[in-house]
Amino acid sequence: MTASGKALEQASRNRPLARLRDTFSMIVSSRIATIGLLLVLFWIVVAILAPVIAPYSSSAQDGQAVNKAPSAAHLLGTDHLGRDILSRLIYGSRTILTLAPLSVLAAVILGTFLGLLGGYYGGLIDEVVMRILDAIMAFPTILLYLIIISAIGASAVNVVIAITFVGAPGIARLVRSLTLDIRVRDYIAAAQLRGENPLYVMFAEILPNARGPLIIDSMLRVGYAVFAIGTLGFLGLGLPPPTPDWGGMIANARKFIWVNPWGVLWPTLAIASLVVGLNLFADGLREESTRYQ
Amino acid sequence: MDAHKPQTPVLDIQGLAISYETRRGDVPAVRDVSFQIKRGEAFSIVGESGCGKSTVAFGIVNFLGRNGRIVDGRILFQGQDLVGQSPEELRRIRGDRIAMVYQDPMAALNPSMRIGDQMAEVLIVHRHMKPREAEDACVEMLKRVHMPDPANVVRRYPHQLSGGQQQRVVIGMALLNDPALLIMDEPTTALDVTVEAAVLDLVRELQHEFQTAIMYISHNLGVVARVSHRVAVMYAGEIVERASVQDLFARPQHPYTQGLLRCVPRLGSDKRDSVLYPIRGRVPSPSALPPGCIFEPRCEYAREDCRLRKPELRQLYADHLARCHFAEEIRETVWQQPEDLLAHIAMPPDNTAEPILRVQNAKTYYQAPSRKLFSREKLLVKAVDDVSIEIKKGHTLGIVGESGCGKSTLVKTIVGMERPTGGEFEFMGVDISGPVSTRKLDTIREMQMVFQNPDSTLNPSFSVGYQIGRPLRRFKTVPANQVRDEVVRLLDMMKLGERYYDRYPRQLSGGEKQRVGIARAIAARPGLVLCDEPVSALDVSVQAAVLNLLLEIQKELGATLAFIAHDLSVVRFFCDRIAVMYLGKVVEIGPSEAIYGPPYHPYTEALLSAVPIPDPRAEQKHVRLLGAVPSALNPPSGCRFHTRCPRKVGDICEREEPPWLDNGNGHRIACHIPLEELRSMEAVITVPSASTRA
Repeated sequence: MTASGKALEQASRNRPLARLRDTFSMIVSSRIATIGLLLVLFWIVVAILAPVIAPYSSSAQDGQAVNKAPSAAHLLGTDHLGRDILSRLIYGSRTILTLAPLSVLAAVILGTFLGLLGGYYGGLIDEVVMRILDAIMAFPTILLYLIIISAIGASAVNVVIAITFVGAPGIARLVRSLTLDIRVRDYIAAAQLRGENPLYVMFAEILPNARGPLIIDSMLRVGYAVFAIGTLGFLGLGLPPPTPDWGGMIANARKFIWVNPWGVLWPTLAIASLVVGLNLFADGLREESTRYQ
Repeated sequence: MDAHKPQTPVLDIQGLAISYETRRGDVPAVRDVSFQIKRGEAFSIVGESGCGKSTVAFGIVNFLGRNGRIVDGRILFQGQDLVGQSPEELRRIRGDRIAMVYQDPMAALNPSMRIGDQMAEVLIVHRHMKPREAEDACVEMLKRVHMPDPANVVRRYPHQLSGGQQQRVVIGMALLNDPALLIMDEPTTALDVTVEAAVLDLVRELQHEFQTAIMYISHNLGVVARVSHRVAVMYAGEIVERASVQDLFARPQHPYTQGLLRCVPRLGSDKRDSVLYPIRGRVPSPSALPPGCIFEPRCEYAREDCRLRKPELRQLYADHLARCHFAEEIRETVWQQPEDLLAHIAMPPDNTAEPILRVQNAKTYYQAPSRKLFSREKLLVKAVDDVSIEIKKGHTLGIVGESGCGKSTLVKTIVGMERPTGGEFEFMGVDISGPVSTRKLDTIREMQMVFQNPDSTLNPSFSVGYQIGRPLRRFKTVPANQVRDEVVRLLDMMKLGERYYDRYPRQLSGGEKQRVGIARAIAARPGLVLCDEPVSALDVSVQAAVLNLLLEIQKELGATLAFIAHDLSVVRFFCDRIAVMYLGKVVEIGPSEAIYGPPYHPYTEALLSAVPIPDPRAEQKHVRLLGAVPSALNPPSGCRFHTRCPRKVGDICEREEPPWLDNGNGHRIACHIPLEELRSMEAVITVPSASTRA
């Protein structure tokens, strides 16, 4: 313990850096997490460098090459309007990597607030909040998306709103159960005995101690959000054309699947690799972080 | 029955060493441990947490987990070596001849099986008995462990029994196979004192009856003094002293054993006539042991030689061994009380002081859900029922009682975390019957609390400095730019120092966490500090340091303290006045010296008779309570203690609430027995006066 004590002492001296290093060494020590991280990093790099690496513009049409298989000019082939699939995939990663984290962030903020409220106060407030959330969760997810989008219309902002609305109840339940556990600790009583504001107790004393499970859950949820955005795009409820959108690409290419199966394959692989990457990363992180406690 | 010769010990451990593999390499948790246990003998291993006492037990039953292994030594069980055998061989040698009883009886019992079924299973599997026979044998065994109503108990589930009854079942189950060796690992630590006393009686009795060899593991010197013939003291993975129980307590030879005995308050001593002597420093980690004597960094007698040369466990005289180079010399030296500690001796409290807290007829009831569906009937748990106490400024009030007596609820009601159902609460002239959120900031500041569990008292997400500084900022005790200096001053006062400022709770030991918790409570200089079992989760050597710290703070700040505890020696030592609670009511209240001598309330008498005293020569009157504490949901009528009272006078106890008898000097007893009769009771505890040890 003295050895670890020394390490900890050093860690406390240059804390942010050391924490980053600790987290990184934890990720690297799990093979699953490393693979996941690499997959996700790959798409992040692609999204950032999109204008540099994309061979064509995402909407440039080539009337001479419609529904073509991969070739030297179009590495992944072209779609039914003669657009380069590779370029559309590359630009599409920007859309999905913006919308998915954004919608999860919004869901986490809303869900955390509701979960803390219900868990901390309990009683009537808890009953009302949780029963409303239960009612939302009782709907099949797809149906809920359809209802929301058809009510407020299809746009990037509305996709974020829909995913937030559907995802928040699950996060609220998680935060509530964590809060119920933390609320009875003595340091919460100590805070109450200082006459602290309930909002301070919830956000400063309880929330930081719930962050571990919350971060890992959010990571998994980004994966679900990627799926949801893909699904909405596929159903034609996602982003309006000609925005490059992986789900929409699959939907369009599906009609020509007998002529050009490549058009379906590539965006499917893109969605799958990103979702699998996020899930592996979250799973690996969870396993590693619970192993040495 | 025993095929081997009588002189062969049941268990003979020679030079045992056990290591755990970790990411940082092998950790030698146990080194060079040797002892023997003969038939019918009770051998105790005593030591603080982390000293390796449980590891030895797990080594014997080969239960070390995936990363533990025996690296050296022999474990001879009835003459056969258990080390290095395959699991099948081990099972054959050991068979059903070694039984083990753990601390938590609920973890040893299957919650979904009836008591009779799980006990019978042992006999059906090992002895191939028929179910009918097995059940009769189980009822018979429950009778032998003094289980009330055994024929009925076999049909119940574990959760329907009290903790003491569960432990009786576990002990009975362990004895069903008539084992040659019974290993008991802290079997009474989770139990209340009166229940613990009864279980210890049982252990002693069974020892005579079954002639089983018992290996008893405990951290409590008082318990060890009561049950064992011979004792080994373990420290940081090694046995530092081994002797017969009388010899060990009368002539401790190792500085660590002496230290352990000096840092627990002796029952009857108090803060005005004695001081607790903590052992400085902390237990070394097994991965970074000192090169010479393992106790050298904390030893008051340490010399150059101790740093360089590792002492062997050597025989001083017949059956008394110690691991110390200078054991003989140390025995001759008269121990000098350290000067700086003598300053701790407290002044008698000022009896003319004004009360700071006055609680009149306090009632805290909880509503329990009705057991019948659709029933309108309201069930009330009367956790605190008609309690009146007051604390004078600068005094310390102790509140003692067993679990479920309402002492914690009373304190929670006072601080405003529970709503009182009735009664008057006045603190510094202000009414405080409302919850904490309705109180004025100034009233809140004046009343702070120290909590029991060191692992939950600090927020793991904040640094020590921030957590102590928070009340300073909140109550503006010092200007914002002086908060850091004030926190450092508090840290110094806690004997922690500035280097702890940026540490996080996970980097602290239990005692250090508790000190930070105390610093946080006193930071805003409150008038009243409520301490809810502040030392009961700590090792004894650390406990003394924390108690001294509280005394020092009280002296320096003139703070008033309320001190909840279940350890009667600590309360006696620490408090000016004591309130004894039973089932939501105060049954006796008075100056602490009056509580510990006759006249007693019959419940106080039973409590005192149950306290384990770390001196085998101490004589205690044998008063044992029958049954379990009744439920507060439906408390007994009249005097609440009448169902278990060994001195019940008659029907009046069941019908009428007992009157308060005034013994003068603020000592009052709630009992139907006339005061004259209570006065004629004899003292429960007599310690031979020649015990002027150290």
